[in-house]
Amino acid sequence: MRVMAQVAMVMALDKCIGCHTCSVTCKQAWTNRAGTEYVWFNNVETRPGQGYPRRYEDQEKWKGGWELNRRGNLKLKSGGRLQKLFGIFASPVQPELDDYYEPWTYDYENLLHAPAGDDFPVARPKSLITGDDMKIEWSANWDDNLGGAPEMGHLDPIVEKVRKESEDKIKFEFEQTFAFYLPRICEHCLNPSCMASCPSGAIYKRSEDGIVLVDQDRCRGWRQCITGCPYKKMYYNHKSGKAEKCTFCYPRIEVGIPTVCAETCVGRLRYIGLFLYDADRVTEAAATPDERDLYEAHLDILLDPHDPEVLAAAREDGIAEDWLDAAQRSPVYKLAKELRVALPLHPEYRTMPMVWYVPPLSPVVDLLKDQGHDGEDADNLFGAIESLRIPVEYLAELFTAGDTEIITLVLRRLAAMRSYMRDIALDDEPDESIAEAVGMTGSQIREMYRLMAIAKYDERYVIPTAHIEDAHNLEEIGCSLDVDGGPGMGGMGQTGVFGEASGTPMPVAVENFNALQARQQGGDPTGNEKLAGRVNLLNWDGRGAPQGLFPPKDHEEGHSR
Amino acid sequence: MMQSAPVLLAAPAPEAVDVGVWDILLWGALPYIVLAIVIGGTIWRYKYDQFGWTTRSSQLYESRILRIASPLFHFGILAVLVGHLVGLVIPRSWTDAAGLSEHAYHIMALGIGLVAGFGTLVGIVMLIYRRRTTGPVFMATTKNDKFMYVMLVAALLTGLGVTIISVFDTTPVDYRQTVSPWFRSIWILQPDVQAMAASGIGFQTHALFGMALFAIWPFTRLVHAFTAPVHYLFRPYIVYRSRDSKDTAGMVPIRRGWEPIGTQDRARGSTRSRTR
Repeated sequence: MRVMAQVAMVMALDKCIGCHTCSVTCKQAWTNRAGTEYVWFNNVETRPGQGYPRRYEDQEKWKGGWELNRRGNLKLKSGGRLQKLFGIFASPVQPELDDYYEPWTYDYENLLHAPAGDDFPVARPKSLITGDDMKIEWSANWDDNLGGAPEMGHLDPIVEKVRKESEDKIKFEFEQTFAFYLPRICEHCLNPSCMASCPSGAIYKRSEDGIVLVDQDRCRGWRQCITGCPYKKMYYNHKSGKAEKCTFCYPRIEVGIPTVCAETCVGRLRYIGLFLYDADRVTEAAATPDERDLYEAHLDILLDPHDPEVLAAAREDGIAEDWLDAAQRSPVYKLAKELRVALPLHPEYRTMPMVWYVPPLSPVVDLLKDQGHDGEDADNLFGAIESLRIPVEYLAELFTAGDTEIITLVLRRLAAMRSYMRDIALDDEPDESIAEAVGMTGSQIREMYRLMAIAKYDERYVIPTAHIEDAHNLEEIGCSLDVDGGPGMGGMGQTGVFGEASGTPMPVAVENFNALQARQQGGDPTGNEKLAGRVNLLNWDGRGAPQGLFPPKDHEEGHSR
Repeated sequence: MMQSAPVLLAAPAPEAVDVGVWDILLWGALPYIVLAIVIGGTIWRYKYDQFGWTTRSSQLYESRILRIASPLFHFGILAVLVGHLVGLVIPRSWTDAAGLSEHAYHIMALGIGLVAGFGTLVGIVMLIYRRRTTGPVFMATTKNDKFMYVMLVAALLTGLGVTIISVFDTTPVDYRQTVSPWFRSIWILQPDVQAMAASGIGFQTHALFGMALFAIWPFTRLVHAFTAPVHYLFRPYIVYRSRDSKDTAGMVPIRRGWEPIGTQDRARGSTRSRTR
């Protein structure tokens, strides 16, 4: 047994309202740069829906993740090492910009400066790739809230699969369908196929906290990781020529604060904490023959932080006491293994994902309510979970490789919590038989309720800080400003001697500082220079009156009008 | 510049050729200057600009043409590389000893060389066409790239040129008696200037463009070839790396007022050190 620690996340999908705040704040923090316009480290998908990039779950097409070869060993779905090297000159199954979308901005300048005329001036969409006028046809969440589902709903690969296997059809007519939101970040897998696909070996998993990162210095832009990742959470920065991915906000995690997406989540649906896992058994677990057993195999390598044997082994492997303490208080461990209500996303990809989900009961409750039933009555809910095959099968395809038994049990537990707690809220005697019916006790249900409904900040986020004796090695501390400008957004374009993207990389904090400054004072992203130097009020931080906050006085402008 | 190459397509014996000042400069001194630039430039770029060391792939913008053109070019140029190595490194006496007749050797070299050369040429023409006509790809093309393409195509065309000329020439230059000995002599630090001087203007032009291409190599996107990921075949799939062992920026002098706070090294002055 080799014990390692991983900072992981659980998202409770019932609480997601699909507001995209996580996506927007993540983008502001990490991918608000030239070259990453289309990159969403965090995105929120309406399911059923095609996801982002379109139909990324169709692994017959995209070849992401692992599969078992004839001898039962793990093998990259996109091919062996030699095959990958031979395909390096034109990556055979890499998504193109059309599979994401062509990023754009609007020509707001025209609204201000269009000459007087009969027509109302409009802000035309301008491509951020070519700078030309463009027709907007798709985006990262074009099918938000089931938009276009009656016409395009069948394009969801899971809908396709469930339709094939089920006698009932998933319907997209209003009032007959169901929907929920699925926020996605990088899964920071235990057995990452992006890492295995990287010819340069630039992608690594941090042994301290399990965060998967791309070494920007060692990435050579072979872009095999994009094919390798079945979740398509590897992105190619088309300006720097390097792969980029969700960083789990490691500079924040290192100092004990949650990721930006979690911090800003309106529904407070994200939980961050530690898992201890047995690194020696990861490959074996990922190679479990039946993909429906992968969930159990995964749970099996997540170690019990209260087990003295595990603790002893962990100490031997150099895990500090405060980390063990955090592991014992970990909300994600509680949800995943003690309460067994959190499930991994697409375990059948065999990457051992470490961002888990509490599946949504709301499709079932909503359908019950729409039919005029009591959506909090235990019998109604249990009956509905049994009879509403479609949502259950759909969720099973997402979270349990199609095993409806596991998903049914999880949904029944969530339903039991609703009914059990309603009795308490109404000052009735709680009905212990509800808890027993789902194999739990009343106190477990209360604990689950506490965690899922009212857990405060320090219960939802139990993040031990990186060790102070390591502090001078933390990548963000003491970020040197010795290179003015630098690459990245701050200096994209004015960088090193080899043109854009060359030179030493800038610490993230410096880059963000430059980016904010550039945005506050920058002109129009399409390159229209008239507004250059003026502060964009949308980005103004509200402090003081920076230069360019007000337009220049007339005499300064030279009486242009 | 080529004043000392009096004979163009005739094939005099190397001993019969006069060696001028230009010959000494071009074939005696220049190779070492180029070598110094390639080695020094590569080391310098590796230390200074790891972040810019990438293929700068444009597949995200366009992949229809790329899918055919890029493998055609790359596999072609790899074959050309192997051909050059065989032609330049293996002495004639060795192939003679192996029982390969001069005629058979040339038929083989010509056949493979022409196929590989034309494949490479067609590939790069398609790639340049794509680069020029696909808006985003053209926008992502730097001046550095354009210069590099000129040198690359020039080296390619002159190389193909001498190969084709040698087919129709009645008195062809035997590069295995001129260029190859010169190439081998470079590495033992005793450049055989006379041999190269006798090789004729075709080979000489090709050699010059080749050296120019190598001289700019470390400073262009071509560097990605130096990190061809052969080690992928041998490395373990899963890479664990400690946060601690990461050499972030090494010893970076920190400006006054920007010293890291709260670390043990604070008192030790203005250098960020990884010592513990």
